[in-house]
Amino acid sequence: MTSLPQPVPGATKLGLVIDLDTCVGCHACAVNCKEWNTSGHSAPLTDLDPYGGKPNGVWFNRIHSYEAGTGTEARTVNFPRSCLHCETPACVTVCPTGASYKRAEDGIVLVNADSCIGCKLCSWACPYGAREYDEDVGVMKKCTMCIDRIYNQNLPEHERTPACVSTCPASARHFGDLGDPNSDVSRLVAERGGFDLMPEMGYGPVNKYLPPRPRATLSPPPLPRPTEATGGVAGRLLSWVDRALSR
Amino acid sequence: MNPAFSVIFFTTASGAGYGMLALLGLLGPAGLLPQSVAFGLVSIAIALALITAGLLSSMLHLGRPERAWRAFSQWRTSWLSREGVASVVAYVPALLFAVAWATGGPTAGTTAAFGIATAVMAVVTVYCTGMIYASLKPIRQWSSPLVTRNYLLFAAFSGAACLTALAALFGGPAETPGLLAMLLAMSGLFAKLRYWRFIDRAPATSTIESATGLGGLGKVRMLESPHTEDNYLLKEMGFRIGRKHATRLRQIALVIGFIVPAALLLVALTVGLAVGSAAGVLLAVAAAVLALLGLFAERWLFFAEATHTVTLYYGRAA
Amino acid sequence: MMSETSQSARPARIGTSAPGQEQIDFSPETADRVATTTCYMCACRCGIRVHLKDGRIRYIEGNRNHPVNKGVLCAKGSAGIMNHYSPARLTKPLLRVGERGSGDFKEIEWEEALSLATGWLGKVRDTDPRKLAFFTGRDQSQSFTGWWASAYGTLNFAAHGGFCSVNMAAGGLYSVGGSFWEFGEPDWEHTKYFLMFGVAEDHDSNPIKAGLAKLKARGAKYVAINPVRTGYAAVADEWLGIRPGTDGLFILSLVHVLLEAERIDLEFLTRYTNATHLVIRNPGGPDDGLFARDADNKVLAWDLDAKAPVEASTAGTRQALVGEVSLPDGSVAVPVFELLAGRYLQPEYAPESVAERCGVPAATIRRIAAEIADVAFNQPLVLNQPWTDTSGRRHETMVGRPVAIHAMRGISAHSNGFHTCRALHMLQMLLGAIDTPGSWRYKAPYPKPIPPGPPPGGKSWEAGRPLAGMALGFPRGPEDLLVDENNTPLRLDKAFSWEAPLGLHGLMHMLLPNAHAGDPYPVDVVFMYMANMAWNSSMDPIGVSRMLTEKDPATGEYKIPHIIYSDAFYSETVAHADLVLPDTTYLERWDCISLLDRPIGSPHGPADAIRQPILKPDRDVRPFQDVLIELGTRLKLPGFVAADGSRIYADYKEYIWKHERKPGTGPLGGFRGDGTGNGVGAPNPGQLDAYIANDCFWSHELAPEEGYFKHANKAYLETATRLGMIGAPEQIVMQLYSEPLAKFRLAAQGHGKVQPPDRLRARTERYFDPLPIWYPPLEEAMADAAAYPLHAVTQRPAAMYHSWHSQNAWLRQIHGHNVLFVHHATATGLGLVDEDWAWVISRNGRVKVQVRLMDGVNPGTVWTWNAIGKRAGAWALGEDAAESREAFLLNHVMSVFLPPDESGQRLNADPLTGQAAWYDARVRIEKAAPGEAAETVPRPALLHQPKGMKPAPDILRYNASKSAST
Ligand SMILES: Nc1nc2c(c(=O)[nH]1)N[C@H]1C(S)=C(S)[C@@H](COP(=O)(O)OP(=O)(O)OC[C@H]3O[C@@H](n4cnc5c(=O)[nH]c(N)nc54)[C@H](O)[C@@H]3O)O[C@H]1N2
Ligand SMILES: Nc1nc2c(c(=O)[nH]1)N[C@H]1C(S)=C(S)[C@@H](COP(=O)(O)OP(=O)(O)OC[C@H]3O[C@@H](n4cnc5c(=O)[nH]c(N)nc54)[C@H](O)[C@@H]3O)O[C@H]1N2
Ligand code: SF4
Ligand code: SF4
Ligand code: SF4
Ligand code: SF4
Ligand code: SF4
Ligand SMILES: [Mo]
Repeated sequence: MTSLPQPVPGATKLGLVIDLDTCVGCHACAVNCKEWNTSGHSAPLTDLDPYGGKPNGVWFNRIHSYEAGTGTEARTVNFPRSCLHCETPACVTVCPTGASYKRAEDGIVLVNADSCIGCKLCSWACPYGAREYDEDVGVMKKCTMCIDRIYNQNLPEHERTPACVSTCPASARHFGDLGDPNSDVSRLVAERGGFDLMPEMGYGPVNKYLPPRPRATLSPPPLPRPTEATGGVAGRLLSWVDRALSR
Repeated sequence: MNPAFSVIFFTTASGAGYGMLALLGLLGPAGLLPQSVAFGLVSIAIALALITAGLLSSMLHLGRPERAWRAFSQWRTSWLSREGVASVVAYVPALLFAVAWATGGPTAGTTAAFGIATAVMAVVTVYCTGMIYASLKPIRQWSSPLVTRNYLLFAAFSGAACLTALAALFGGPAETPGLLAMLLAMSGLFAKLRYWRFIDRAPATSTIESATGLGGLGKVRMLESPHTEDNYLLKEMGFRIGRKHATRLRQIALVIGFIVPAALLLVALTVGLAVGSAAGVLLAVAAAVLALLGLFAERWLFFAEATHTVTLYYGRAA
Repeated sequence: MMSETSQSARPARIGTSAPGQEQIDFSPETADRVATTTCYMCACRCGIRVHLKDGRIRYIEGNRNHPVNKGVLCAKGSAGIMNHYSPARLTKPLLRVGERGSGDFKEIEWEEALSLATGWLGKVRDTDPRKLAFFTGRDQSQSFTGWWASAYGTLNFAAHGGFCSVNMAAGGLYSVGGSFWEFGEPDWEHTKYFLMFGVAEDHDSNPIKAGLAKLKARGAKYVAINPVRTGYAAVADEWLGIRPGTDGLFILSLVHVLLEAERIDLEFLTRYTNATHLVIRNPGGPDDGLFARDADNKVLAWDLDAKAPVEASTAGTRQALVGEVSLPDGSVAVPVFELLAGRYLQPEYAPESVAERCGVPAATIRRIAAEIADVAFNQPLVLNQPWTDTSGRRHETMVGRPVAIHAMRGISAHSNGFHTCRALHMLQMLLGAIDTPGSWRYKAPYPKPIPPGPPPGGKSWEAGRPLAGMALGFPRGPEDLLVDENNTPLRLDKAFSWEAPLGLHGLMHMLLPNAHAGDPYPVDVVFMYMANMAWNSSMDPIGVSRMLTEKDPATGEYKIPHIIYSDAFYSETVAHADLVLPDTTYLERWDCISLLDRPIGSPHGPADAIRQPILKPDRDVRPFQDVLIELGTRLKLPGFVAADGSRIYADYKEYIWKHERKPGTGPLGGFRGDGTGNGVGAPNPGQLDAYIANDCFWSHELAPEEGYFKHANKAYLETATRLGMIGAPEQIVMQLYSEPLAKFRLAAQGHGKVQPPDRLRARTERYFDPLPIWYPPLEEAMADAAAYPLHAVTQRPAAMYHSWHSQNAWLRQIHGHNVLFVHHATATGLGLVDEDWAWVISRNGRVKVQVRLMDGVNPGTVWTWNAIGKRAGAWALGEDAAESREAFLLNHVMSVFLPPDESGQRLNADPLTGQAAWYDARVRIEKAAPGEAAETVPRPALLHQPKGMKPAPDILRYNASKSAST
């Protein structure tokens, strides 16, 4: 059903918080996502021309890198991009079939592969490029927030988290309920000034990004330098004559 | 946006079809078109053929055409669904209109009633088509009321041009559609110029800075894209057309789509569309064909010049 | 960590769907079986859990219990499925039928392959075993392959370390008894200031990422010194875009500033280093620069209170740091520290003198020095942990200097890398920042004595006999070199000759050039394993391919008569072999990540691991180690067959638990004897089962009192001795001043029996400086430097491992082709814009590349990702694959030789260790002409794919659950 669920205050909003301060751009989350999901809820994540000139596969998570600013303040920032599970996403409302829907239970945006006609309109409606068309089967696919992990009773408790989160070597990805202001992720967002991508689109992304932290700077006093008065190199050496410590 | 043939053909063909239907529905009962049953049936058939061909072509765009029926379900939120519903619903008054024309003649009350209903459905359908595009915020060139207006205008124009040619072929009268087509061509010309001015001048709603949220650090440039070959997103949404190429195509679209048809129609109207002269017929047919070709180019540009915010992530403008 | 706590905040635990909505299977059964093993998508050795469903791999995840990766998995590890089912896997032994290098093979049975190999190898062993050159690459069984080579009797054995990072290993092992590389790590938990020099990925892929996250979460300052600002450098608090090859100057300048201000740890220097050791000052004499020793051969220091020499190791004495002294035997000596301070206080090391060459402003160097000093000395890290040192002194706390350093090939892959690495260790020693809380720490089994082992074996050999000792070792001076009386190198690669006296890991990059040239002697069989020497691990791959395929015009025979190669995939090198022994994938075999080799030890204690076969090969392939056991047995090598000729090991699996290197010490340290033995103990037939039950690894947690100061920590050194990691619980005294180097220098000055050839005398004297020096990289110092104004370097991409992964359908989408990154300003000067094609030209050759502009790179440096370019036809890739069409190797503009000078032919390598100088490359860039094709050049001829390998699919629909076709 493409009507969006009625917004309920305090409703669960499962989402990711991605820390651009520590992301080293290693692609681990992207590949692990692919690995989990190719046999998961939206299986397979088809790859066209996998060994040829134009390999092109379905990926739910893609890692960009950017340079920002100039001069000594310039930075290189690695930037993972996946579905933001928006609160008012047009990718859902434009869908003619109801295949694209937002779950009332947790806010996860999914595609029902059985009713999708592959019209691709949702991919036009998503500002973030988070929808992935599987040309082979002719249906749209996308990040499922690992719906078959986070609730999976067959997985031990600690594994019930998105694949990309549990694999990130730099702990740059966090998962939780952004609808609960007291959840760890919400607190992290508040503390670190988490932000929305393209807020001007009005889609209300649930996923948040944490900005690169201000750089750690130290300002110790400059170190003393020998002067003529201290006798230069020779003086410095002499100063150690009696500085012996016990072995 | 990738100018997919299926969608371009669909919107131009069905646009012309609905334009014809609407004008047939209004002008036929008013007695401003040839009154023969043959004209009525042939015109309606051609209009429906254009629409049907367009709809079938749009199905080619689907990954799972066999499930197309599912697209009628979400009319409450989806303009695509609404379009689908409207396009199918429109067949009903159109067919009844044809039957009424054939049985009761074009000016009968029932015919007029079905004619109006047909025209309404045609407008609704084209409006829905326009809204599919106009409601897409990530594509700033589309996300504008100008788009729906233009869809309606161009449908009316191409419908009128086709109808003029048909009416002329059937010996007239064709002045009203001819005059309308000419006027619509001219407003189309200005509408398109206005649209282009809008897309050329309107500031981008989003930037790579807002897309990445890194604007606070300064100017943002892409260093590396996630994958080294193009993916679906870039093929579908990353289509780019060169400035020079676009300017040329714009000129071509304006000239063959609007200026020449308007001129041809003007000549036809003055030299004898009225008496159904061979020259007039020829001019009207030429105007219609050119209008369709020009609109095809216009529609191609409509896609090719549209940019999507996802490309911001790939370091391109949008 | 946040990601853990956020799990507890997970909301609804039961998945539900509203009626009318899609019905989701929230709890699919994801595996029939989960097996643990060790990842081998790179050499980092993370623990993995492989989920299997219907006999196929459903999912590979990091093992949370594993000491290396603690549950995380990198991009490569996550793509294991695609490796395992790759169409590029070899399927059967291959015998060359066409010309070498064409790829024309016929499939043969294993029996034929084994008897052929046994025949070739047996003949050589019976005549002159040196004529087998056995070189291995990225494998993790070098203690086994080395042992095999020694049993066979050839000294021509080495692994990839010689071109990889031997500068790092040698620099560390000869200075501090440990090393960066994967043998040490920052104290991630406590470090407050972290400097990382020239690291893109390293072998601690996941641990470094996890460590950086920890550091940053704590607000520690992290400074990246790297000409390129990507990956790890991208997340640094400060990036110093240093000019390649000048780190040594930068470091010595920091030392200068710290010495000037006396911000050094004199106590640490006195107790744990040879700062007070007396160096004989006797210019021109045979003992100049050696340590002053007493009658017991113990090194002397000057006792300030007794005003007399004293054995330097005597606890409690106050020893002079400066001041020339006269010794009772009449000789004159000075403490090491005076030599050191006297040198680095000179104005030539002042920031103002080096700034321009380094590309780092003088004020920045001074500020970094001040920051380091402030953290080290004003914010010492004190752990309330008593410990006892080797002198028996009990300390109530552990006081550390929380400044940590890590470095890798940005330092070592230069021809001045050995000294730069020593300079870094010297800086650490001056700060007291080695194995103290918050600083850089040794990973078990390090620290080891300096040098850590016996000298290289192979001074003599005999037909049909094993080698005395192991081929590789640690020279203590010229007398340990492997040269004959005419100074001709004994080894084919000339390691341990005057060309590369400290070539500890051998010089793998010289194997093929020397075998081709028959220099110093021709060999008969080149046997290689897991090294793509016909391509990305060679400088000038086209030239190497020619060497491999060139015939002697006189005989019509190939110049290298026989080439045997084991690979798992259809690599470029496979196409250049005569006999190909197809290996399994890492999920199909036993492997052993041994304490004798490159184990998974950490600062918290020793650890090792195994790999177990999880899937049965669906092809006619065999684990290479099994094949090596079989060959050893067929050749009747000692250790492989008993006195009665019967085989000792059925296969590698049996070798792993049964083999003893010395009594009680075998490949694996865990579960020995009755299953409780730690480190040492009798072989245990149940050992491998015990490993499997323990997630395929073993680790021994050190006691808290053993955690730091391991070089002088009594409890630690005793434990290490008990576990078999070192021979005796003696203090390991760090070497600011390296006496072995002084010995080589003395030889160059004409002293001693073993003398360098005259042509190398001056260079030996210059480079064997016992204290760290800096000199410009050799290529840069050449006369035509101005013609090649730019540095060209490569970086490891996080999501690719050398040549391994181009056949991996997922990873090749991330890195299908590489571009040359050029600084905006530099590009503008050259008239280049994004996506332009250009030529990279060096004195050796040219390669055509596509360029991309960026800001975060030293303006005088261009760079690209390593090993993305492939030869067309290899790796089961389509002929149109970008890897061979657009991607390129920078190797095409490199050469293992420098133009000859007055010393003759010179290696493009570090003159001490022979480490290949990959990052010395100097180039210029010219924009391609307008009409030139948008394709890379050179593009050598297409390789044919061996018959029998299945064609690669056009569409991949991998889905383990539904067993869809791949
Ligand atoms: N330009 C440039 N060149 C470089 C470097 C650089 O920085 N810049 N770095 C150098 C360094 S440090 C190194 S270590 C080398 C690495 O280069 P190489 O030593 O050549 O290593 P790889 O390319 O990783 O792989 C060698 C072979 O191992 C095979 N292989 C993979 N898995 C298995 C297996 O399970 N069994 C067997 N038998 N074979 C297997 C692969 O198919 C491949 O053919 O490259 C060097 N080359
Ligand atoms: N993902 C992945 N991991 C790997 C490998 C892989 O292929 N892929 N290979 C493995 C192997 S064999 C090895 S040897 C290790 C190597 O591990 P690293 O040493 O981390 O790898 P390199 O790519 O050689 O990185 C060298 C870094 O030094 C920088 N650099 C170059 N010249 C200089 C210089 O003069 N000064 C300074 N300060 N920096 C400089 C380069 O920009 C680059 O960032 O990685 C191992 N890990
Ligand atoms: S795994 Fe973590 S560090 Fe690596 S790219 Fe993803 S978010 Fe960044
Ligand atoms: S990111 Fe895109 S696909 Fe995901 S919910 Fe928002 S609009 Fe939809
Ligand atoms: S592609 Fe599928 S999910 Fe997307 S709008 Fe069309 S029918 Fe809906
Ligand atoms: S939440 Fe799951 S599906 Fe979404 S990006 Fe992460 S791993 Fe992929
Ligand atoms: S770093 Fe990655 S590829 Fe290497 S062993 Fe660990 S998980 Fe495997
Ligand atoms: Mo390496």
